[in-house]
Amino acid sequence: MLELTVITMVFLVVSFVKDRAKTWLGIQKGLSMFIRLLPALVTMLMMVALLLSIIPEEMIVRHLGTGSGATGWAVAALFGSVSLIPGFIAFPLSSVLVKSGVAYSTIAVFITTLMMVGIVTLPLESRYFGLMTALVRNLLSLVAALLIGLIMSFLL
Amino acid sequence: MRKKWDYIIPGILLAMTGISYLVGFEPGKLIGFNFWLFLKEMVLFLPLLFVLIGIFDVWMPRRKIERHIGEQSGWKGTILVILMAMLQAGPLYGAFPFAYLLWKKGCSVRNIFIYLGAYSTMKIPMLTFEIGFLGLRFSMLRTLISLPLFIAAGYLMERYLRGKNFEVKTP
Repeated sequence: MLELTVITMVFLVVSFVKDRAKTWLGIQKGLSMFIRLLPALVTMLMMVALLLSIIPEEMIVRHLGTGSGATGWAVAALFGSVSLIPGFIAFPLSSVLVKSGVAYSTIAVFITTLMMVGIVTLPLESRYFGLMTALVRNLLSLVAALLIGLIMSFLL
Repeated sequence: MRKKWDYIIPGILLAMTGISYLVGFEPGKLIGFNFWLFLKEMVLFLPLLFVLIGIFDVWMPRRKIERHIGEQSGWKGTILVILMAMLQAGPLYGAFPFAYLLWKKGCSVRNIFIYLGAYSTMKIPMLTFEIGFLGLRFSMLRTLISLPLFIAAGYLMERYLRGKNFEVKTP
């Protein structure tokens, strides 16, 4: 957050010094993209809030804790794909999971699907790439996540 | 038609949350509270991100960018998009507008999806966090295994989309 603010400010100042009109044009372009995205974003965040209320953290811990091997990965992939947990919650949660005995390979599947596969973000992603492409990308990422789990289980 | 639903669906959801607060419906209030947390983060984060994209848009020369990360760019282009993605931060949906910008400036299909892969698994701010909680060994292994996999995914996406008139749009 702080980095983004600093970087944006630096670019803005440099751009402003070089060419005012162009800078205003850039700001306008960026903000109009944001405003057009806003309704879809609000819907998505609502869905995330809804899911997070239905699937509380304790439930993830409980379910991931019981499964091992393929079952564990499947559960991890499912939770990772449906939820959209920001990193600052996901990593502390993962470290709790590891301490409660969840395998590292399961955590790798959970984290990878969390970051790369998004069912709630699918409508948003479809607007950029089209529905089929977004589906294929998510599916490929899911396969990649499971492969990562498999390889990790041999190495760790 | 779609435009109308764009406003109706969030409108209904917001109204339901509002009613939950009025009548004291606890699950509804919890959803509202979670929504508010996300909204706060987003409202601070995204406008800045989009201003940055707008500024890049007016300054980045298409021909130059295309030469570096376009169809003819080869391995150097791939390395370049991965490095670019590593320096960024934020959730995956923040990367889609960047993907649009890259596409507009002539980035190849393969590199766009490699960029998304690197963005989701190798962002440096995220890695430092991951190392702190799960250890260097885990983090490095996960990253090193992910890297060839999402590069392969980029190639597969390129193959899949060949001849399909694929384009990245902005909503």
